[in-house]
Formats: sequence, structure tokens, C-alpha cells
Amino acid sequence: MKYHLWLIPLLPFAGFLLNGILGARLPKWLVSTIALLAPLASLAVVAVAAMSVFGGASLPYVETCPLGWINAGTLHIGYSFTLDQLSLVMLLVVTGVGFLIHIYSVGYMSHEEGYWRYFSYLNLFLFFMTVLVLAGNALVMFIGWEGVGLASYLLIGFYYKKKSAADAGKKAFIVNRIGDFGFLIAMFLLLANFGTLTFSEIGAQLALNPAWHGGVLTVIALCLMLGAAGKSAQIPLYIWLPDAMEGPTPVSALIHAATMVTAGVYMVSRTHFLFDRSPMALLVVAIIGAATAIFAATIGLVQHDIKRVLAYSTVSQLGYMFLACGVAAYSAAIFHLVTHAFFKALLFLAAGSVIHGMGGEQDLRKMGGLRKKMPITFWTMTMGVIAIAGIWPFAGFFSKDAILYAAFVQGGSGRVLWFVGLVTALLTSFYMFRLWYKTFMGNSRSPEVHPHESPWTMLGPLVVLAALSICGGWIGIERFSAFLAPSVSHRVAEAGSAQLEILLSVVAVATALLGWLVADRFYRAKPGQAAHLAEANPAIYGLVLNKYFVDEIYAALIVKPLLAISRFVLYWVVDIGILGGAAWLLGGTAVFSGAILQRWQSGNLRSYAAWLAAGAAAMLLFVLVPWNAVWPISMDILGKVAGH
Amino acid sequence: MNPYLHQPIPLEWYLLLSATLFVLGVVGFLIKRNLITVFMSIELMLNAVNLSFVTFAHQWDAVKGQIFVFFVMMVAAAEAAVGLAIIIAVFRARATLAVDRIDLMKL
Repeated sequence: MKYHLWLIPLLPFAGFLLNGILGARLPKWLVSTIALLAPLASLAVVAVAAMSVFGGASLPYVETCPLGWINAGTLHIGYSFTLDQLSLVMLLVVTGVGFLIHIYSVGYMSHEEGYWRYFSYLNLFLFFMTVLVLAGNALVMFIGWEGVGLASYLLIGFYYKKKSAADAGKKAFIVNRIGDFGFLIAMFLLLANFGTLTFSEIGAQLALNPAWHGGVLTVIALCLMLGAAGKSAQIPLYIWLPDAMEGPTPVSALIHAATMVTAGVYMVSRTHFLFDRSPMALLVVAIIGAATAIFAATIGLVQHDIKRVLAYSTVSQLGYMFLACGVAAYSAAIFHLVTHAFFKALLFLAAGSVIHGMGGEQDLRKMGGLRKKMPITFWTMTMGVIAIAGIWPFAGFFSKDAILYAAFVQGGSGRVLWFVGLVTALLTSFYMFRLWYKTFMGNSRSPEVHPHESPWTMLGPLVVLAALSICGGWIGIERFSAFLAPSVSHRVAEAGSAQLEILLSVVAVATALLGWLVADRFYRAKPGQAAHLAEANPAIYGLVLNKYFVDEIYAALIVKPLLAISRFVLYWVVDIGILGGAAWLLGGTAVFSGAILQRWQSGNLRSYAAWLAAGAAAMLLFVLVPWNAVWPISMDILGKVAGH
Repeated sequence: MNPYLHQPIPLEWYLLLSATLFVLGVVGFLIKRNLITVFMSIELMLNAVNLSFVTFAHQWDAVKGQIFVFFVMMVAAAEAAVGLAIIIAVFRARATLAVDRIDLMKL
């Protein structure tokens, strides 16, 4: 079976080139047609591959560009794409959800300036994301990894005339560079220790050495985790994601919720054989995941911007995925990645629909009562809220439950992780229902705005994603991990039992319902209570509202010293002093020696004649005087100089 | 009868005369201030060289040296024409023929 994997990234790339080069001169309908056909065609190629895989075709399927890439001594790195169960699932999510969001964008961006620019960036993103997913070795993955960062930067700063948007783009890019540094170091270490960057070869070498644990593998895994923390917005590098909400809302849905930010989880799962050999690295991953999950959830409790609530929720849910990776339940992480892609894309798109209907208003305090005005948006978003809260039988329940179960049965530290996850689930349920109540229930808080339901290009994807948010989890973790088994292991301890699983599920659902009840009490039954609570604890409320002042701490500890060093040491000493000084020295020497030598060019005829005569005399002297007789060694030296 | 009359003049005499004339030309070129004198010094050098050409042509019974002399005289004639034209142009422009004061190329 031949799949033509190369078409999957290159079709969106063609769309990017067409729209990027010609878009400004094309009519809008043609721009949208090109932009929609590209991901649709990719989705078709992926779907054909998926059909044959589900029909029993064998995997993995490797496709390598025959031209080769890097051939240096024993090092051979090629443009190779690998289709296995893991990349197939990821591709379905990326192209499927990506296509839906492209459709939605046609409606959402219809009034925006730079329509063609938006769609060419979006296609560029799909190109790099599919390269990242299909990559058969770490270097090709790194191309995609950097590329999605670029597309993310371009789209966050899409409204580049707004300073906050341009700054947010830069922040995302710079913070991601820190993570990329970890990825690069990990690649160098992989090359040094394995001599290859191809994932399957590294896995095979590890399988041949079952005793190889810890040591350099821990270092590699931690460096990879640093990269993943940058891309997937984990502590300590999560700060860029909430700011990334400056981009258009469909971008937040596609890049900063459903696909790109999950690249870190995907990368950890892709290189799971390294993490499996290092219990310490796994523990670090789990702790980072759990800490991020609960930390971001607490910030999400009090935010007023609808997109920021969702952004912190994304950070928190990504923390869940890393928690799953940390307990080596990679298929649970990927399962949550998939369901999260469905319901978080839905939530963002529904939020976008709300913002669109409210004429650009993002503040929850000015919303309310939208249930009647935007019924379809209301119902689809309700599905998303229930799904993320983790209430049976919506998609989020199945994946979140799988993660909590995997953590619980690990025992020991796993119990702590489970408890943190459970508290996070409570907080998640609370802030999502808070958002839901504030947006749709009660009476409108800005009567001067007349909200309207969005066009069908926007509602269509909402309905499809709502259906996926309901049904997406029904496949169940057992069947899902059985499907993924050839790619990633699902190492759940044997301590579990069916009764325990059901008990934990009931606890999780009860927690989610409790969160709903609290939100119901705060925002419907007794509307003043939340404000009262905030007033009673101004210190805590201010701390959380200001996101624990993490941005300010980073500014004081890192950004300001860095700027000071750049200004005083790098600029004044290195640039002006050393580099500028060297340049001045060179120029000054030329000017100075020129000033001396120009005396020779006196313009005086007789001095030229004198030099001419002197030269002729010197030549005569050289030819006529028998130097060998006068000074015997001289000819030897001349001969040696000439090389005889 | 002068016993030396039928003796050929030795080669060295010719060459010494040629070298003397050449050095006189060089010295005149270097120390004279008048442009026309400088110009004449150049002619002197050229003719000193011509003399040695002819001497060697006679010595070796070869005609090449004499042909060279014709070439040199031809070039010297052309050079004299151009050089004198330049001298006249310079004199018209600067109203002087002192070499030291014709230093337009000086910075």
C-alpha cells in the first residue's frame, strides 16, 4: 500500500504559496476556496490512509525523500516521514479539526483586513504541523517544530498594528526559543550517544540494551521535556500562551488549543522509550504536569476575559496530558489530547462566535443573557463545557478518567498526582460553568449591544465539534490504547480492578458536579456571593487575579537583568568598545599609513625621475655585482626562499 | 705615419662614450630646472643608447642593431613632437618652464 505522505504537508504549502503570493490580487471567494481546498485535500489523503489502516494495512509506513539531505561521514539524515498509529491519530486531529477551523474562519474573518494573509498563514501552519507529526527523525520534527512556532508568531501578531498583539507574538516566540534550546541540546546528545536521530533506530538500540537506564538518558529526556514545556506551555514556560490570545479567535482554537500546543505531548510520546528508561525524568514530567494543571486552573478561576479563561484552561489541560505522560500512560495522554482538541476547539470557536456576536467584546462582566440571542452557539458551547468538566458520557470524562485512573493505580506518588488531578477537575468544572453562567444566563449586562447569531460557516463547525465532544470518548481507553499499542506503550500498573475504576469514575464525576453546583450557587442562586468572597480575601484574590505576579517576577529576575546586560555589557563594551574599536583601529591604520605614504606622491617630476633612476641603478647593481663572490651565503638564502 | 691610424678603435671606447653620454643625460634630467633642458637630456640618453646599439651592430656584423636605432630615432621624433606640444601647452597655461613649479599632480 502506497500512501503518498508527502502530499499531506505539501498541499497546504501550495495553498500558502498561492495565497501568500497572489492572495492580495485575488477575489475573496477564490482565496477562501484555495485555503479550504488545501486542508481538505490533506484530510482526504489522511482519510485514505486511515481507511486502509483500519482495514488492516500494516504499519509503520516509512517514506523517505530519495534525494537525501545530510550525508556526512557516518551521519545520514534524510527527509523521512513515518506513518504509524500515533502519527495517524494526530494527523486525523490536525487535518480534521484544522479543516473545520478553516471553514469557521471564512465566516469569522470575513470583515477583516488582510483576509488572504490570514489564510496563507493558516495553511503555512498546517504545513509545518503535519511535517512535525509525520517526522521520522528528530531533525525533521524540529523543522516542523520551529515552523509552527513561526506560524504561531505570525498569527498571534496578525493584528500587528496593535502593540499588545505584536508584543504577544514576540513573547511567544522568545519563550519558545528557550524550549527549542532544550530540544537542540537533546538532539546533540542523541547524536553523540546513538549516532542517529531516527526515532525507530533509537528505540531499537534501546531495546537491544535493556539494562541501560538513567544517566545520559535522563539528561536527554529532561532536555526534551524543556522543549515540550516551551511548546506546550508548561511551568515554567507557560507564560506565553495566555498572551497569545491576542491573535484571532480561530487561531487560538487551532494553534493555541487543539494542535500546536499539544506538540509537546506528542513529542514526549514519540520519544517515550527515552522517558521509560528514566524514572526521574518521568517523575519530573508528572510533577510539572500536575503543578501546571492546578496552578493554571486557579488563575482561570478569576479571569474576566473569556479567551483568557479558556487559555488558562488549555494550560491546565495540557498539564493533565503531561501528568499522564509522567505516569507512562502515553495513550491516555494522546486520548486526552484528541478529546481536548475536540472540546477546546469547540469552546474557543463558540467563544469566538460570542465575541463576534457581541461586536468584539471579550469581557465576561459585560456579557450575560446570550442564551436566547445565540441559541446554537449556546447549545454547542454547553456541550463543550460539560465535556471539559468531565461529566459522563461526554468525551472529556473518558480521557480525564483514564489519566486519573492511571495515576491512582501507580501508587505512592501517583496518589498525590491523582489528588491534584481531582482538585484540578473540580476547579475546571467550576470555572467553566462560571464562564457559562456569565455568558449565557441571567440578563444582559450591556444592553446597548444587540448580539446576533453567527453565520452558518461558523455554526457548522460548532455543530460538528459539539457532536465530536459528545461522542469522541466513546471508543474508550482500552480500545484506543490497544490501537496505539504498536507506537506507544500504556504501562498501567496491574493493581487496578474494574471496581476501583468505576469507583474512581464516580468520584471524578461527583467532583465535576460539585464544581457545577458551586458555580450555580455563586453565579445563579446568589449572584453577590462571589464578589463578597473576593472582598473578604483581597490578598488572595489580588494574587490570583494578577496571575501570581509571575510575569512581573520574570520581568524582574530575567528580563530586566538581561536588558541591562545587553545595554551596558553587550552594547557599550562589546559592540561599541571591542567590535567598534577594532573597526576604528583598522580604518585608522589605513588613514594614518596613507597620510605618510602620500608624501611619496609629491607630484614633483624630478622626484619621480630620481626614484626611477634609483630603481634602475638598484636593478643594475643586482644583476651586475657577483653576489656569490661578495657574500657567499646570500644566494643560498635566496635559493631557499625560492624553494630549491 | 701614425701607427695607430690603421688600428680599429677598441669597443670599450665606444661603450665608455655611450655610458658617459647616458650618465650626462640622467644627471641633466635630474638637476636641470628648465623643462626644455630636461627634454634635451632625454634625447641625450636616447642617443647614448643608439650609440651602443650601433657599436654592437658593427662588432657582430649584424644589421639588427642598426634597425633598432631607426626605431628609436622614429620614436624619439614622435616623442619630440608630442613633448614640445605639451611644453608649449604648459607654458601657455603656467607662464613658466621651471620643472619644480609644474606640480599639478601634487595633493
